[in-house]
Amino acid sequence: MRSGSLIFGVLLSALVVIAAGLSFLWVPFDITQLSIPDKLQTPNKLHWLGTDHFGRDILSMVMIGARTSLAVALLAVGIGFFIGVPLGLVAATRKNSIIDEVIMRTNDLIFAFPSLVIAILITALFGAGAMNAIIAIGIFNIPVFARVSRGAALSLWQKEFILAARVSGKSDLRISAEHIFPNIANLLIVQGTIQFSLGILAEAGLSYVGLGTQPPIPSWGRMLADAQTMVSFAPHLAIIPGTAIIITVLGLNLLGDGLRDLLDPRVRKSRE
Amino acid sequence: MLRYILKRAISLIISLCLASIIIFAVVEIAPGDPASFMLGINAQEDTIAALRAELGLDQDKLSRYFTWVTGMIQGDFGTSYTYRSPVAEMVTERIWVSLPLALYALLISTLIAFPAGIYAATQRGKSGDLVVMGATQFGIAIPNFWFAMILVVIFALKLRWFSAGGFVEWENGIFKSMKSLTLPAIALALPQASILSRVMRSALIETLSEDYIRTARAKGFGKRAVIWRHALRNALIPVLTIIGLQFSFLMAGAIIIEQVFFLPGLGRLVFQAITQRDLIVVESVVMLLVFAVITVNFIVDVTYAVADPRLRRRV
Amino acid sequence: MFQPTKIITAATLAVFASAGVSLSGQSDITVAMQLEPPHLDPTSAAAGAIDSVLYSNVFEGLTRFASDGSIIAGLAESWDISSDGTVYTFKLRSGVKFHDGTSMDANDVKFSLDRARAEDSTNAQKALFSGITDVAVVNDTTVKVSLDKPNGSFLFNMAWGDAVIVAPESVEGIKNKPVGTGAFTFQNWVQGDRIELSRNPDYWGNQPALEKATFKFISDPTAAFAAVMAQDVDVFTGFPAPENLPQFEADPRFQVLEGSTEGETILSTNNKMPPLDNVKVRKAIAHAIDRQAIIDGAMFGYGTPIGTHFAPHNPDYLDLTGNSNYDPELSKKLLAEVGLSGGFTTTLKLPPPSYARRGGEIIASQLRAVGIETEISNLEWAQWLEQVFRGKDYGLTIVSHTEPMDIGIYARPDYYFQYDNPEFQSLMTELNGTTDPSKRSSMLKKAQRIISDDYVNGYLFELAFTTVANAKVRGLWKNAPTQATDLTGVSWAD
Repeated sequence: MRSGSLIFGVLLSALVVIAAGLSFLWVPFDITQLSIPDKLQTPNKLHWLGTDHFGRDILSMVMIGARTSLAVALLAVGIGFFIGVPLGLVAATRKNSIIDEVIMRTNDLIFAFPSLVIAILITALFGAGAMNAIIAIGIFNIPVFARVSRGAALSLWQKEFILAARVSGKSDLRISAEHIFPNIANLLIVQGTIQFSLGILAEAGLSYVGLGTQPPIPSWGRMLADAQTMVSFAPHLAIIPGTAIIITVLGLNLLGDGLRDLLDPRVRKSRE
Repeated sequence: MLRYILKRAISLIISLCLASIIIFAVVEIAPGDPASFMLGINAQEDTIAALRAELGLDQDKLSRYFTWVTGMIQGDFGTSYTYRSPVAEMVTERIWVSLPLALYALLISTLIAFPAGIYAATQRGKSGDLVVMGATQFGIAIPNFWFAMILVVIFALKLRWFSAGGFVEWENGIFKSMKSLTLPAIALALPQASILSRVMRSALIETLSEDYIRTARAKGFGKRAVIWRHALRNALIPVLTIIGLQFSFLMAGAIIIEQVFFLPGLGRLVFQAITQRDLIVVESVVMLLVFAVITVNFIVDVTYAVADPRLRRRV
Repeated sequence: MFQPTKIITAATLAVFASAGVSLSGQSDITVAMQLEPPHLDPTSAAAGAIDSVLYSNVFEGLTRFASDGSIIAGLAESWDISSDGTVYTFKLRSGVKFHDGTSMDANDVKFSLDRARAEDSTNAQKALFSGITDVAVVNDTTVKVSLDKPNGSFLFNMAWGDAVIVAPESVEGIKNKPVGTGAFTFQNWVQGDRIELSRNPDYWGNQPALEKATFKFISDPTAAFAAVMAQDVDVFTGFPAPENLPQFEADPRFQVLEGSTEGETILSTNNKMPPLDNVKVRKAIAHAIDRQAIIDGAMFGYGTPIGTHFAPHNPDYLDLTGNSNYDPELSKKLLAEVGLSGGFTTTLKLPPPSYARRGGEIIASQLRAVGIETEISNLEWAQWLEQVFRGKDYGLTIVSHTEPMDIGIYARPDYYFQYDNPEFQSLMTELNGTTDPSKRSSMLKKAQRIISDDYVNGYLFELAFTTVANAKVRGLWKNAPTQATDLTGVSWAD
């Protein structure tokens, strides 16, 4: 099962990444040219996944949409990672100090906000668009990374090799960077994968309510929103982008599980 | 003990103050004026000014912040700019949709997750476990608004078993109301059930491997009896924690689902208020949601601390 | 547990069915629409949804719109206009009562008009009343309104929903409990869901056929489709998703009414922003646009192409679509003439309605074909008002101007198009002082031609008004000369 989920995860994720990468070089049709007479075709030889309400090729839309989803989610995870991890590491160096207290209480405060409502609020008030969507999703990744890295770092600070480094006169921040961080990197990669998949879902949700990536750049969530009134006579418009989202999130989750089993010695031991 | 509670209470108050400042700041610095939104494109400048004065928007931000906060402390959440009715009243009305919906979704999710999680735990590593775990992976990966769309197409448009949306009020009978909440509750419950099944499974597996369970097995209790009598009870703690988290998520997280099924719940109230720049409603409802989560966390922390003094030092 | 419920339902249905037959026809109706009114005072908000529910059903004005858009008598049964055109003497109907039992007389008219034009008025269309210098009560049923100068559209202005007559006794509460003089009284408002009206037995005019009317608000187009399909609602006015209409047309249970609106859907252009300040650039944009593709792609065929800012069903309408026919080659040539052969980039800001969001994507693609790049941003109405309408921070936007007879906005240089043409402005001043119909007609035609020749905006199409209803409903308005759902003449066929 363990290797199974890893293999499946890698395969599905690779499929999405390859589709996104390929779209930079080649897509079956130019989606910037609308062709109203060709609208709403079901999958056929020319348009493998059919066409949308503007006569655009859905396969091409889905491929470029993959790019959008991955980019938004990746950047949102990046925000969480690059702000959250340092905060968590700093908090861990001074356990129960004022800094620790402030960082962790701020974390709790951010957690207390309803993330989806706030993301909608930010994007609606400050303008719909990819950038604001990234920020809105990213903010809620910060406390996740801060908490995970603090927790993992705290247990490491008790370890002998850290004490040794301390005795040799290295500063806490240097120890955090040189010794602690490399040792929690595995854990962070696993967490990052999970946050990445949550980011894909969040981006889709925001785009679905019209607050994510703006046209003409395709996005899966907006494709679903556009399809909404047409599902009764053109269900493929909803099924295809939905399936793309599911494949991506499923792939990333399986990948995350597989990686955890592979990288985290504790899990490995308990499983064996 | 008292010192600990006092410390937590002070941090609770600081958190609430900060939250109110953040919410007010975010909402108020955003562009968009409720008065000009309401009066539309033919309105004259003097008319907009008159309406701004009527709504109290002509006062400076600081004094409006304090009016808002002092009002809330006294239980007055302000008056909606667009609907012109008290926010507290509107929220109470909407809670009668959002709360039952959240509970309904939680119920469905628990009814699926308990048997699925227990089954998977007992079948650990076997094909039954694989099937359940595979299904939960799918459940987590499916966006709930997409699932909602599919449910509408199948059960409302094609089979016509349910109406595609809208809420039948409680006066018309519980059965009808629950029926109108069924599709939304299922759409909300799917990912929650998947997560809960996984938590249930791992919690059970963890407790099953603990010593006292092994002892019980060694004493000759059957596997089934051990699971029901001992393991389940202990596995409940993490499961209940997750259920609690999911509940607070569902109260606010139904915002998109309420949109899909046009349910007059809290989420849709906030969504509408955002687009209409009904700022006071946005501020007050978000503040209420944050208040609920922070206070619940506080109560949980204090209860844990009372129950288990060791925790106090850990926090 | 499920069985008994089913039986009860079946039994109840049977009872209702037989009751229906004996009463010879249904007397209640459920009308759905997309937007819910923010509150219920038509005299202090711009929201068209307020009029959609209340106009002529609950509230009435001195004059009113008929279903064909003409102006007919309302609470005023007749009027005299002084020879210089500045004094209107209205003769009011007698015996008219507000829903709270108080009588409607000349004092109420004076109160309503004075309130709308007062300093602290929050009337969204305050300009309608700006020419009034005095409102005098002659006796209980006679009111004299004096204007500062002759105004050819005064009776038209008084027909707007923003000019309905309210009473000083009840005006405080009408935001939540409207009290008017109409054929239906307000019963109940379940916010976020519906408004209920019932027949007013004391109505001064003919009794309506309907006893009860429920307005339901369904903003989501999918839900709207499902609600009609499941016959949860009897009528959906302004059906939001034209792509679903063929399915209703094919279904004998429904009728689809395709009517006209006063909504000129235009590609509004910032006439002060370079390079859009150059008429050749605007002309290039106009020729780059394929109207039919927009109507087909965004509205699924519903809509009438227009070539100027005027409703095609108006007798004074000039068909000027040939002035901006689809000719991308000409566009490229025009752009090259002004040294923009490499094209340029501008913003395209789109408000929420689907005509704008979908139309915007199509226009962006059409403009790209001649070298004009657009940066699309989707805005909420509040943002649109702030940035585009008030801030004038935009290059292009798409919006439907739904006010009737609103060509006068082109005479306002501070309006968001920022079109400043003294010739047009003086023509409009002249028009406002003219009451002779044939002179007015030729002036209106001249006005249409000026704005078409100046390519002030890209003129796209007249918004269609589509209503889906149960096939048995009679007497619905097909067109929307103003935002209204007049139920006074609606009935059920047997």
